[in-house]
Amino acid sequence: MNITELTVHELQEKIKNKELTITEITKAYADRINEKEKDVQSFITTLTDEAIEKAEEIQAKIDKGEIIGDLAGIPIGIKDNICTKGVKTTCASKMLENFVSPYDATVMDKINNEDMINLGKLNMDEFAMGGSTEYSYFKKTKNPWNLNKVPGGSSGGSAAAVAANMVPWALGSDTGGSIRQPASFCGVVGLKPTYGLVSRYGLVAFASSLDQIGPITKDVTDSAMLLNIIAGHDERDTTSEDMPKKDYTKCLKNDVKGLKIGVPKEFFAEGINQEVKETLEKTIQEYKNMGAEVEEFSLDIAQYSLATYYIIACAEASSNLGRFDGIRYGYRTPEFKNLKELYKKSRTEGFGDEVKRRIILGTYVLSSGYYDAYYKKAQQVRTLVMNEFNKAFEKYDVILTPTSPTVAFDIGSKLDNPLEMYLSDICTVSVNIAGLPGISIPVGVDKQGMPIGMQLIGNRFQEEMILNAAYTIEQKLKFRENYKLQ
Amino acid sequence: MSRNDYQVIIGLEIHAELSTKTKIFCSCPTEFGGQPNTHVCPVCMAMPGALPVLNEKVVEYAVKAGLATNCEISRDSKNDRKNYYYPDLPKSYQISQFDKPLCENGYVEIDTKNGKKKIRLERIHIEEDAGKLNHDDFGGGSLVDLNRAGVPLIEIVSKPDLRSAEEVESYMRKIKSILEYIEVSDCKMQEGSLRADVNVSVHKPEEPFGTRTEMKNMNSFRSITRAIEYEIERQIDVLEDGGKIEQETLRWDDVSGKTFSMRDKEDAQDYRYFPEPDLVAIKLSEEYIENIKNTLPELPESRKQRYLQEYELSEKDANIITASKYLSDLFESAIKVCNNPKSVNNWIISDISRILNETETEPIAIPFDGNQLGKLVILIDNGTISSSIGKKVLEELFEKPRDPEDIIKEKGWIQISDEGAIKEIVMKILEANPQSIADFKAGKDRALGFLVGQAMKETKGKANPKMLNEMFLEELKK
Repeated sequence: MNITELTVHELQEKIKNKELTITEITKAYADRINEKEKDVQSFITTLTDEAIEKAEEIQAKIDKGEIIGDLAGIPIGIKDNICTKGVKTTCASKMLENFVSPYDATVMDKINNEDMINLGKLNMDEFAMGGSTEYSYFKKTKNPWNLNKVPGGSSGGSAAAVAANMVPWALGSDTGGSIRQPASFCGVVGLKPTYGLVSRYGLVAFASSLDQIGPITKDVTDSAMLLNIIAGHDERDTTSEDMPKKDYTKCLKNDVKGLKIGVPKEFFAEGINQEVKETLEKTIQEYKNMGAEVEEFSLDIAQYSLATYYIIACAEASSNLGRFDGIRYGYRTPEFKNLKELYKKSRTEGFGDEVKRRIILGTYVLSSGYYDAYYKKAQQVRTLVMNEFNKAFEKYDVILTPTSPTVAFDIGSKLDNPLEMYLSDICTVSVNIAGLPGISIPVGVDKQGMPIGMQLIGNRFQEEMILNAAYTIEQKLKFRENYKLQ
Repeated sequence: MSRNDYQVIIGLEIHAELSTKTKIFCSCPTEFGGQPNTHVCPVCMAMPGALPVLNEKVVEYAVKAGLATNCEISRDSKNDRKNYYYPDLPKSYQISQFDKPLCENGYVEIDTKNGKKKIRLERIHIEEDAGKLNHDDFGGGSLVDLNRAGVPLIEIVSKPDLRSAEEVESYMRKIKSILEYIEVSDCKMQEGSLRADVNVSVHKPEEPFGTRTEMKNMNSFRSITRAIEYEIERQIDVLEDGGKIEQETLRWDDVSGKTFSMRDKEDAQDYRYFPEPDLVAIKLSEEYIENIKNTLPELPESRKQRYLQEYELSEKDANIITASKYLSDLFESAIKVCNNPKSVNNWIISDISRILNETETEPIAIPFDGNQLGKLVILIDNGTISSSIGKKVLEELFEKPRDPEDIIKEKGWIQISDEGAIKEIVMKILEANPQSIADFKAGKDRALGFLVGQAMKETKGKANPKMLNEMFLEELKK
C-alpha cells in the first residue's frame, strides 16, 4: 500500500480499521515531500517536523480515546495567501517574505478545530495574480505530470502538491479560475464554492467581490468532505451567507438520470484546443449514455466576461494592495528621503511585474474621467452576465464547459505575453463574475499525457448539483485508475 | 473697494466622533487616550486578510442625527472606499460613503442678528476616523498610533448657506447641541471629537461664486472664527490686488494667526471612490426608521419653547440653558428637586456660567448633579443658609461634589435664625457703633446697611439677613 496515493476518505477508512496510524500517515507525507519537492517545488514553507510532532500528539490522544473527530490527524496543505498564525504567510511576494500573521484565517480555525495537520504553505502566483505560478517571487512550481510544464495558477502549488501526492488535499483560492485551472492542468479536482459560502476572513484579498477559498483534492468525495469543513457563515465576513449547514457528501448519488446539462457553444468555439474539445465531447456522450439530458445553448455574454473580470479584479486589487506600503509590516526599502519615496521605493521593490501591471490597470479604471467608461460599465456587464446565467439555470441544472481551452503549457512560454496568459482564464472567469460554484475534474489526457479538465457550473449555492454530476462521471471514467502519474 | 462690496460664502463639513462603545468595523473600544496601539486588532490595523463588519450602532446613531436635522433617510445606502496614502490610514483607503449617504437634504435653524435662518444640510454620512501620527523626538521619525483608527464618524455637510464667522459659530453650536441632545456624540472639541473643515469663498454680489479654499480639522470656536476672518480678508486682498484665488487646502496656524497652503497642486488627489466590496448594502426598513424616530429625545428648540412658557424664563436665558444638553439636564433635574425654576435659572446663568468661563470648563464637565443643585436652592429658600453662603456652597460643589447639607454642617455654615441669638448680635453691634445709631437717627438710612454688614461679618455670613434687618430697625426706632 502506498499511503500517499490514497484519498482522504480511503485514509479515514484505514485509520478506522487500525490499518494505519496518524503518525504513519504524516511520516509518509513527510518522506514524500522530501523525495518530490526538489522536482516539483510546490512549497514556500514546509512544516514536516512540526507536522510529525503534532501527529504524535494527536495519535496519543486517539490512543487514550480523547479524540473523536473524523478528520483528526489528516494532513493538509494551505495556499500561502491564507493567514496562519505563527507561520509565514507570504502570498509568494517579496513584499511579505517575512510576514507572520498574528491571527488565523477562519478556514484555519476550522481546520485546526478538526485537529487536521498543516504540512506547509503552498506556492502560488504573487498575490494570486497569474495562471501559471511562474509569478511567484520564490520559485517556479513544476507540473508533476511533466516537469517542463506549468502547474497552472494561481493555486499551482496546491494543485501540484496534491497531484504529486505531497499532501492528501489542499486549500486554494479562486478569483478568476485559480483553483479550477491548476486543478485541470494537474489532473486533480478543484472546487470554487459559491461566493459567500466560505468565509474570506484571513484570505489576503486580491479582488474582494470575486475571491473564494476552496478545496483541491484527489477526488470528488474528498472535495465534498473538505467543503463540509470550510463552508458556513462567519460573522467576521459579512459577505458570507447565513444559511443552514449541509453535508455535501450526502449528494454523491452516482446517478445523473434526468439531469439537465447545458453546454454553451461559445466555450467550444475559437481558441479551444482540438484534443480538449474532443475529450469533452466524449465526456458529454458519457453523460448522455447515463441518462442526462444534454443541450447546446448560447451564452454569448460570456465573451465580455474576460474584459469585465480584468477591470473589476484589477480595480479591487489596486485598492486592496494599498496597505502594503512599507509602514506597518512587510517589505520596506532600506533607504528613503521622505514619505513619498518610502512608499514609491517599497512598492516598486516589493511587488513583482504582474502585480504592478494589475495595480496600474486598476488605478487607471477607477480614475476620475475613466470610472464610467471602465469600472461602471464593467459592473453593468457583470449584472448582465448574472442575468444570462440566471436564465440558463431556468432550463439547466448544470452547465458544462472545458476548464481551460488548453492543457498545461510549457514553462516560460507565455511569460512575455500577459494577454495570452489572461486567456487561459477565459472559461473560468464568468463563474466568478456571476458568483457561482464551479468544479473542475479530470476527464482524460492529451497525446502527450497531459490532463484535460472539465468544468461544471451550478446555480448559486447548488454545490450539490455539480458535486453529484462530477462524482457520477468520475465513477464512470475512473481517471485516477486509468491515468497514473509516473 | 472694501469688504462690504463682497459677499462671503461659507460651507462646513463637520466631523463628529460617535460615542458608540466599539469602533465602526471591529470590536475595539473607542475610548479616548490609552497607550498607543492598545485599542487595536487585525481589522483596524489593516492586517492582510482582515475584513470589516459594520457596527449597527453607527447606522442607528447616524440615522438619529439625520432625523434630528430634518434629513431624508436613505432606505438603500452603501459604503465606499476613498483611496489615498498616508501613514495614519492603515488600509490606504478610508471606508466612507460616496454617492449614497445615509441622510440627505436636511436643515437646521440658527439665530442670527437678523433673526432666524435656515442652514441647509446636503448630507450626513458615516465613515471611519484615521489613526494619529506622533511627530516627536523619536530620532527624527514619526510614530503611528492606531487607537483612533476606525473610530466612527459622521460627516455633516452643509450647503454653502453661511455668510459670516458669526453664522458659522452659531451653526456649529447648534449642531453640537443637537448631537449632544440625541446622545450620539460627546462633542468634546478639545479631544477632537467635533471638528470642521471650513470652505470659504468671496465674490461680488453681481458675480458668480468665487473659488473656495478649505481649512481642515478646525476644533475650537475661537480659531474657526479667527481663521474665517483672516481668510476672508486675505481673499479680498488677493482679489483687490488683481490676483486669483487658488483652490487649495489651507492650514490655519493659531500662533501666527495666518493660513498656510498645505499641498501643492501636483498632489491633487483623485480618491478613486468605488463601492466597498467587503461590506453588503445598508438596507433600512420603514419600521427601523420609525423606531428610531420614536426614541428621539426632546430637541433644544422644543425645550426652549417649553422653558419660555412653563417656567417663564427670558428668551436669552432659555437660549443659554438649552444650548447645552448638560446645562439643560442640570436645570431640569434641579427644579424637580426644589421646584424653583427662577432660582435654578439664576444660579445657572450667573454663578455656574461664571465659574465655567473662569475655569474654561465645558458644561459636560460640571462635577455635581441636579439633585445637589436643587438641594442648595432649597437650603436658601427655607432659610437654612443665606445666598452668600450659597455661593460658597456652589464653589464647594465644583471642588468636591457632595450633599450641600453635609457641606454646610461640615463647614458650620448653618444660618443663625434663632431670635435670641440674633438679638444678642444686634445688641453687640449697636453697642460698638454709637455713631451709626446717631447717623440713622439723623436720617442717614445707609447706616442700617452698615450695621447689618457688621453683623454679617461678626457671624461670618451666617446670620439671617432678613431677621437682622428687622431687628436693627426695631431697635433703632426705639
